[in-house]
Amino acid sequence: MLVGVGGQGVVLASNLLARAFLEAGYHVKQSEIHGMAQRGGSVTSFVRRGGSAGKLVYAPGIDPGQADALLAFEKLEAVRFSNYLKPGALLVSSQQEIIPTTVSALGSPYPESLDRLLDETGARVFLVDVLAIARECKTPRVVNVALVGALAAHLEIAPDIWEHAIKATVPRALEANLAAFRMGMEEA
Amino acid sequence: MLLEKVLLSGNEAIARGAYEAGARLVAAYPGTPSTEIAETTATFKEMYTEWSPNEKVALEVATGAALAGAWSMAAMKHVGVNVASDPLMTVSYMEIDGALVLVSADDPGMWSSQNEQDNRYWARFAKIPLLEPSDSQEAKDLTVEAFRLSHEFHAPVLIRTTTRLSHTRCPVTLLERVMVPQGPGPGQRLTLVPEKTVMIPANAKRRHPLVEQRLEALAAAAEASPFNRIENPDSTGPAFITSGIPYTYVKEAFPGSPVLKLGFSYPLPLKLIREFVAGRKEVYVIEELDPLVETELKATGFQVTGKDRLSKVDEYSTTMLQQAFGEPAAPAPKPVPGLPPRPPLLCAGCPHRGVLYALALQKAVVLGDIGCYTLGVVKPLETVHSCTCMGASIGHAHGMEKALGREVTGKVVAMIGDSTFFHSGMTPLLGVAYNNGSTKTVIVDNLTTAMTGHQGNPGSGFDARGNPTKKADLVALVKALGIDDVTVIDPYDLKTTKAAVKRLLESDAPAVIISRRECALLRTAQRRPAAVASKDTCTACGLCLKLGCPALYKADGKTQVDVTLCNGCTMCIQVCPFGAIKEGDPQ
Repeated sequence: MLVGVGGQGVVLASNLLARAFLEAGYHVKQSEIHGMAQRGGSVTSFVRRGGSAGKLVYAPGIDPGQADALLAFEKLEAVRFSNYLKPGALLVSSQQEIIPTTVSALGSPYPESLDRLLDETGARVFLVDVLAIARECKTPRVVNVALVGALAAHLEIAPDIWEHAIKATVPRALEANLAAFRMGMEEA
Repeated sequence: MLLEKVLLSGNEAIARGAYEAGARLVAAYPGTPSTEIAETTATFKEMYTEWSPNEKVALEVATGAALAGAWSMAAMKHVGVNVASDPLMTVSYMEIDGALVLVSADDPGMWSSQNEQDNRYWARFAKIPLLEPSDSQEAKDLTVEAFRLSHEFHAPVLIRTTTRLSHTRCPVTLLERVMVPQGPGPGQRLTLVPEKTVMIPANAKRRHPLVEQRLEALAAAAEASPFNRIENPDSTGPAFITSGIPYTYVKEAFPGSPVLKLGFSYPLPLKLIREFVAGRKEVYVIEELDPLVETELKATGFQVTGKDRLSKVDEYSTTMLQQAFGEPAAPAPKPVPGLPPRPPLLCAGCPHRGVLYALALQKAVVLGDIGCYTLGVVKPLETVHSCTCMGASIGHAHGMEKALGREVTGKVVAMIGDSTFFHSGMTPLLGVAYNNGSTKTVIVDNLTTAMTGHQGNPGSGFDARGNPTKKADLVALVKALGIDDVTVIDPYDLKTTKAAVKRLLESDAPAVIISRRECALLRTAQRRPAAVASKDTCTACGLCLKLGCPALYKADGKTQVDVTLCNGCTMCIQVCPFGAIKEGDPQ
């Protein structure tokens, strides 16, 4: 399951992951929900792959308690959707926090420590400093690919498949994206 | 090429299906979750694709093409079919010479809709065949089948997709486009046969019995359709009759169970259903929303159930079916409590904000419409007070004032976007002028159809393929409808906007403000540099936060601007009485 805030590139990252699974020989389904707003709302996307031996994926979505991995582009969203994970499953999240306007403008309380809440999920948590990677790559647009790289460290997909999938999905600024993918992989 | 198959969303697959079937024309109006169908057909040069002003026009355009012998398709969201239903009900009586496919994208769960109506009813109401795909491959295959059926039976065919299908990508095998002869032969001119196309009562009376006979013939076709199939026929235990996306949940929850999958789901293949049900003790019909198939089967005498254990509301899921028909499962983990929500909002720099802010200051009661500006219902603007359907705002305002008088309705204002106004706002405004109304209307013109992802409309100057085209003159149009008092404002200029809104509310005559500024997310939008806030000058008065801009936040009680979000609209700079927010350096 991939989650984030509208405008962060969650859907593009989902396309990349789905493409890599497909090229690795799995059946795959990738499903997302477009909310009402163009920017700023919660965004969720599911990527499901079939088993080996051509096992098909049927349902497009993942129900709470059923996800093998959660890739979060923002830390509050990581906590929000952590209940979708199976017990002890993988949670890769960006270090970045984006304060929702319900807090910044309307004064809703913000959790004291997201890190503590992430610990309490019981998931295997990996945090990625995407802003450092963005600085290194000199562009913030590679953040989504860096996060997929961090998830890829836990998946058994060959590097040449990833490279091909990245070329097909994000052909612009290819070198920066490939570098960001490798840096993400090293962080997780 | 490493890939034999490509990943397509359900919508892209429907578009591909139209291409492969040889369609020549696609007409649509944008609406989530249907929009990508026509966006995709527009990328094929072989198919003429247009954004029609509304869904009724789209279906009429597609019908014209089909009456002339072409393969054509109209695509829309579920509520769009309500708009198109007037032609639909009569086109069903006419003899389609080519092929006419209508795609309805339903939205169980109301992810981006005002209701979750079940459009399978429309097939029954209009007495036309219904096809329901379960994944992208089937969406493509059934689209090709829809064109074939339409041509064979001379009837419009309804394809019903849902949000989960439309927005799920999965592998699809691509085939070549197959062109069948369409329209009059070479050197021949179009001829129409009035008995088949002129639905005056005398002709319609002769056509209706044919429609009933056609349904019987279609039922026979459904019996033989490869898209209606029994899976795991030799298994025992609970058995399921299902279609569309719910089929995928059944397969996930009960992989070995007997399933009758209906891809061609109306008219129902009753013989096949009888064969499936025979000898089985437990047969459940699994259908999201209304129990259409279940009710019809019960009326036919079948011992089936399903809806008594499931809801008529919202989407289903694998877990839901396991809990309803399987072993009791452990409860699903609950979300972490007390997290601040992240609701949809007007974007930073949204031009709608300027006029909504001015209306909120006047404590106006805004009757909203379908578009981004409906988000003026949430804090801190909280000024939008109704949202019904495309074009409803103006009629609502007019009715309130006519019934109770303006002294009671007070500061009621209709607000409608440019695309929505062209869709169905012109007629109610004409009604206001004609009936000596005094309704005040704000047309928020952001020169695009923003909420569905920036499609062209008659006022944008761009067609469905992005080519320049005739641009409707909104001011002249509103005046021609009979409204003399028309003011055009730039909503980024708060001083003039506030004055125009004040004058609008004080006016006795019907009046229109056109609040014109490009959507801030358009690449062509004019931008000022991002704003910067000075912590030293900020007095923490909170006035700027009343704009509800997502780029503004508080740090240590003082306003700060998130430069990555700020689109440089300058409204917060204008609102701050202490000069604490200034234009930043140009990047």
